[in-house]
Amino acid sequence: MSTSRQELGRQQLADTLRAEFGDKLDTVTLAYDEVSVELSPDNLIEVATALRDNDAFQFQQLVDLCGVDYSQYGHAEWQTEDASHAGFSRGVDDAASMGRLQFGDELESLVAKGRRFASVYHLISYTHNRRLRLRVFAPDDDFPIVPTVTDIWASSDWYEREAFDLFGILFSDHPDLRRILTDYGFVGHPFRKDFPLVGNVEMRYDPERERVVYEPVSIEPRVLVPRVIREDHRYLDDAPEEAQD
Amino acid sequence: MPDIKNYTLNFGPQHPAAHGVLRLVLEMDGEVIERADPHIGLLHRGTEKLAESKPYNQTIGYMDRLDYVSMMCNEHGYVLAIEKLLGVEVPERAQYIRVMFDEITRILNHLMWIGTHALDVGAMTMFLYAFREREDLIDMYEAVSGARMHATYYRPGGVARDLPDAMPQYLESRWRKKKEADRLNQNRQGSLLDFAEDFTRRFPGYVDEYETLLTDNRIWKQRTVNIGVVSPERAYQLGFTGPMLRGSGIEWDIRKKQPYEVYNRMDFDIPVGTNGDCYDRYLVRIEEMRQSNHIVRQCIDWLRVNPGLVITDNHKVAPPRREEIKADMEGLIHHFKLFTEGYCLPAGEVYTAIEHPKGEFGVYLVSDGANKPYRVKVRAPGFAHLSSMNEMSQGHMLADVVAIIGTQDIVFGEIDR
Repeated sequence: MSTSRQELGRQQLADTLRAEFGDKLDTVTLAYDEVSVELSPDNLIEVATALRDNDAFQFQQLVDLCGVDYSQYGHAEWQTEDASHAGFSRGVDDAASMGRLQFGDELESLVAKGRRFASVYHLISYTHNRRLRLRVFAPDDDFPIVPTVTDIWASSDWYEREAFDLFGILFSDHPDLRRILTDYGFVGHPFRKDFPLVGNVEMRYDPERERVVYEPVSIEPRVLVPRVIREDHRYLDDAPEEAQD
Repeated sequence: MPDIKNYTLNFGPQHPAAHGVLRLVLEMDGEVIERADPHIGLLHRGTEKLAESKPYNQTIGYMDRLDYVSMMCNEHGYVLAIEKLLGVEVPERAQYIRVMFDEITRILNHLMWIGTHALDVGAMTMFLYAFREREDLIDMYEAVSGARMHATYYRPGGVARDLPDAMPQYLESRWRKKKEADRLNQNRQGSLLDFAEDFTRRFPGYVDEYETLLTDNRIWKQRTVNIGVVSPERAYQLGFTGPMLRGSGIEWDIRKKQPYEVYNRMDFDIPVGTNGDCYDRYLVRIEEMRQSNHIVRQCIDWLRVNPGLVITDNHKVAPPRREEIKADMEGLIHHFKLFTEGYCLPAGEVYTAIEHPKGEFGVYLVSDGANKPYRVKVRAPGFAHLSSMNEMSQGHMLADVVAIIGTQDIVFGEIDR
């Protein structure tokens, strides 16, 4: 009973969003019981302010903000479709796999220009008991910039610092955009898909020099389970033919 | 009068009151804080990046190590996200077990909090009392999962195994006489549920003991009343959730407002503060322990009379039973595929939130259809709370910073991830 009311509420929210903002929002989607909105950085401040202040929305809190690097979206290391008649390849010799990267390796982006870095916002309205997701793609892949929302929701301060640190997304007009999670003097943005999993440098105490030293990593990158994408949805459906055997 | 100049004080990262590895750079005017700049990340292990490189089931163990004093709640947030994308049904019994262990975990977390918070503020005894009760709760963890802390007990589709019929026993040894072992084993003769029920009977009395020590204690009140006051408006702005939000007088609990598992069948209250200071947050958490105890009791009563599956029988997600693997070809294949490749999630993105002992623990999961997540973002409650450190401690004395760290219930595993 209450579930259907919540579903109705989400549908209503999606409709109100479309009616209120029109083409300021690129897409409004309702999937997995969640409303997501995609919009361009130019409209972000205006829309976000309205989402906070407008009585119909009242999204008082920014629950979460994070960066996403979409450059390897849909990349798999193991063929599944034609593998069964051609025989299986070794799933582990794909140099483009994130797990096998070394520092400095280039990785080609699989998505269109301006669709690589996104900043994702999760909002909550305590008045209406609703959640909303905003996604803003940074137009420039090499120098991704998104306007800051610190003036609208104070909690975004550290979240934006984190997204800058881990993904290199710059938030214009942020009051204090420093690194937050990585080490002092860290090079690179570790959560980018072209940053190797094993990292870049390792650290140890050198008893001769009597101080901590940084050296290039000595561990070999490796992948234990290859990344597989299966499109056949057999994990989802309780297909009738399965019940027979 | 000599001139007192402003100076900068470096607090931590190795300081017992820093609750782990917090480095605080404090700009002080005498003993008054003018600006606090927390430096975090000293425990950053890249959990989210590691999760991207492993099949879903192999990442559950990392979640335990986020907030390492409320392990099973972290797992819960993560498996809920996977289940939402997969669309798996969780058996009712597993839902009750999860709720029970979530609440056991909440008590576990709040005991750790009250112990360390009081210790920081100067009440040594609380720490010893809290750890006495934690021992019993950790024994429940051990009985059900085999591990005292990092349980990896919740699995997509249910929980790893059913509740055991017997509790582990203390043995006589060189350090423990037979009489002492027998005394410790007294309430461990029955099943885990018997042991838990015995605990729920004793626990309200223990909470009364804590309250006798602290609630009207003059020193405790001097150190917490009107310290770190946060108004409801600022609490929204600063991203506060959980007891921090409720301490500021906002009646909000995800267990009530957006119920998951079987919380809508549970009878419990949401304690709310009025002033938004450290003392109110203390009262809120104390009452939460009593409410959690009440929920655990309700789960025990249900679990006693309702046997059943504890994990889904969809073998694309959960492994088949051992006999099936041995006797059935289909079972063997399922087992093999599940543990070598894992399962693929449909492409899409979900955000699931649970009422973690510290606040809203959210998992934002992006999948591109592979057997590993494309991106996992853990929304840790402590991260938002700690970011308000500057605002909360401004104008307070140095000693109050310690009280504020305590009231925020900081654990670095989840903040640094």
